[in-house]
Amino acid sequence: MNIEGDLLHTVTADDISDRRRRVGRGMVWGSAALFALLATLQFAHDAGRLDVGFTTWRPVLFAYLLWATCLCAAQVIVNGEKGKRTLFVLPAALFVISLVVFPLLFALYISFTDWNLASLDGAQPNGWDNMRQMWGDAFYWNALKNMVYYVAAVSVEYVIAFGLALLLNAQIRARKFFRVVFLLPLMLSPVAVSWMVGKSMLEVRFGPVSRLVREMGFEPSFFGTPEMARFMIMAMDAWTFIPFMMIMLLAGLQALPREVIEASKVDGASGWQSFKEVIFPLMLPVSVTAIVIRIIFKLKLADIIINVTSGGPGGATDSVTSFIFREYRDRSNVGYGTLLAMVYLVLIILFITALLKLVSRWMERPA
Amino acid sequence: MSAIFKDDAASRKVQVKWWSSRVAIYGALILWAFICLFPIYWTLTTSFKLAPDVMRGNMIPFVDYTPKWKGWESLGLSPRLIGEVSTVREEFLKRFWNSAVVAVSASTLAVVLGSLAAYGLSRFNYRFGFMRNSDISFFFLSQMILPPVVLALPFLVLYRSLDLLDSRIGLILLYTLMVLPIVIWIMRDQFQGIPVELEEAALVDGLGIWGAFLQIVLPIALPGMVAAFILSLVLCWNEYFFAALLTSTNATTLPVMVASQTGSQGINWWSMAALSSAAILPLIIVAIFLEKYIIKGMAAGAVK
Repeated sequence: MNIEGDLLHTVTADDISDRRRRVGRGMVWGSAALFALLATLQFAHDAGRLDVGFTTWRPVLFAYLLWATCLCAAQVIVNGEKGKRTLFVLPAALFVISLVVFPLLFALYISFTDWNLASLDGAQPNGWDNMRQMWGDAFYWNALKNMVYYVAAVSVEYVIAFGLALLLNAQIRARKFFRVVFLLPLMLSPVAVSWMVGKSMLEVRFGPVSRLVREMGFEPSFFGTPEMARFMIMAMDAWTFIPFMMIMLLAGLQALPREVIEASKVDGASGWQSFKEVIFPLMLPVSVTAIVIRIIFKLKLADIIINVTSGGPGGATDSVTSFIFREYRDRSNVGYGTLLAMVYLVLIILFITALLKLVSRWMERPA
Repeated sequence: MSAIFKDDAASRKVQVKWWSSRVAIYGALILWAFICLFPIYWTLTTSFKLAPDVMRGNMIPFVDYTPKWKGWESLGLSPRLIGEVSTVREEFLKRFWNSAVVAVSASTLAVVLGSLAAYGLSRFNYRFGFMRNSDISFFFLSQMILPPVVLALPFLVLYRSLDLLDSRIGLILLYTLMVLPIVIWIMRDQFQGIPVELEEAALVDGLGIWGAFLQIVLPIALPGMVAAFILSLVLCWNEYFFAALLTSTNATTLPVMVASQTGSQGINWWSMAALSSAAILPLIIVAIFLEKYIIKGMAAGAVK
């Protein structure tokens, strides 16, 4: 939705005196100068060139907050009514920029250093060494390959979620009960799930699922072979996130125009036909949204893996996030880990952009 | 009128078909409901079991085994221990309180910032440099694809120098950042559904744009805000990754506590079950009573 001009149009005769403008600008620049001064001071202090300074960078943070506040206030002081409009978006924008853009730039710097938290030297730039190390790191490539499997599992989740949404949309009794029950897994924290399901229900000796498997005449081993372990992780993740897709699809189903479906019935379509020819095509936009969002969440998959298998057996279940997590946690390899994360970010951005392009192209073409 | 149709062979066939579809639908529903509920049931019942009950695989309380408070006693939360001073309970309550404070503050902050931004973006045209409204929206929403692992390390270092490591404020800021795109997504949809004429009338009646927003638009958008708030609450309460990396003793949240218990060898089933139950119960209660809002929040962006 893009409309030229404001949707909510206001006309105000702002006559802002020069003095008021000067005060506003003075506030912004003054606080910015204070921030810059404190930051330089602290830099010098940290580098050991200056004795004066604070033990932490916190005063600099306060100066930054002061500057941000002044910037917001100055919008109204300098620009009047227009500034009041800016004030809606500015706080959120400042918040995101200061918490994402700066850390990302910082991450870019760290990723080309040999920083290890265990060593006392601090960060030393080491050029492309990390990149070369990544190139030869079989575990990282393995984790990336696993991510492909994990993302592919979204298609199965989608089918199940669609089926459940159709069931909930059918004429049933106790719909509210089923809806709440189906929603519950989404509420549970992945960490609790990894204990509840991964560690206790799938426990080889006493777990209820193991008992069931043994009753059926197999020997239970859920995390023994790589394929099985990966499947179990997928299943647990699917269990928590299927409700998410299900609810989006259910909302889509409920918003479908009734007349079209009834018309197809009148024309003599069977249930399957009306699903294939009418409901499914109409649901495409919602399906695409649900799948894209689910993939985005899937790319962050880590909690369950960290807590159930910690990547084992032999890295078969590692996701990129859990792999880097262990790189930080166990080896304190900050520089290398950050480079891996940055490469992953670039890959994600490329993948998602390509996906969105593909989707929008495919959606424009009539099916 | 049914008498006319019932003895007809064709109509009997239809009836059989109807009944079989009923059985299939309810069968599938009950199967999935079982899959959803069993792990929760298992955890809750295990928290009242003793070691032999676990090993024998007893399932149904009072029939298979007699429930005992042993698991909850290890958290200091049983009828016998509730009156006494207990260090484990204090530890648990501290984690619980941390989780609650962090989740509630982060969600509140995200809803405030996100609603303002979403309202601005749905009503006015902005131009920050080359960025127009759609670019700004995209900038906010694109934060969703940012994997936490990219930010984790810079934040670890940044927080160390800012003395925010292992503090609740640090977690709150990060969690706010994490849920902000989702809040903006939900709220933009909400505000777009509110007719501009309402605010125009308010402006004519002498309110400023902020006055119109606070007095006219906010009350209408309140259900959407509640939905966004609850969704954020769920995400923040369950977050593990940042909490595990950025906290150590003071500010650790409940998921970190649960995870640290699983790590130790020789898991006490009953105490782990009690701890997991305590960690998931608040959200189960939220889900049961506020299900409407959660669904509303998640459906917001899906259907245009």
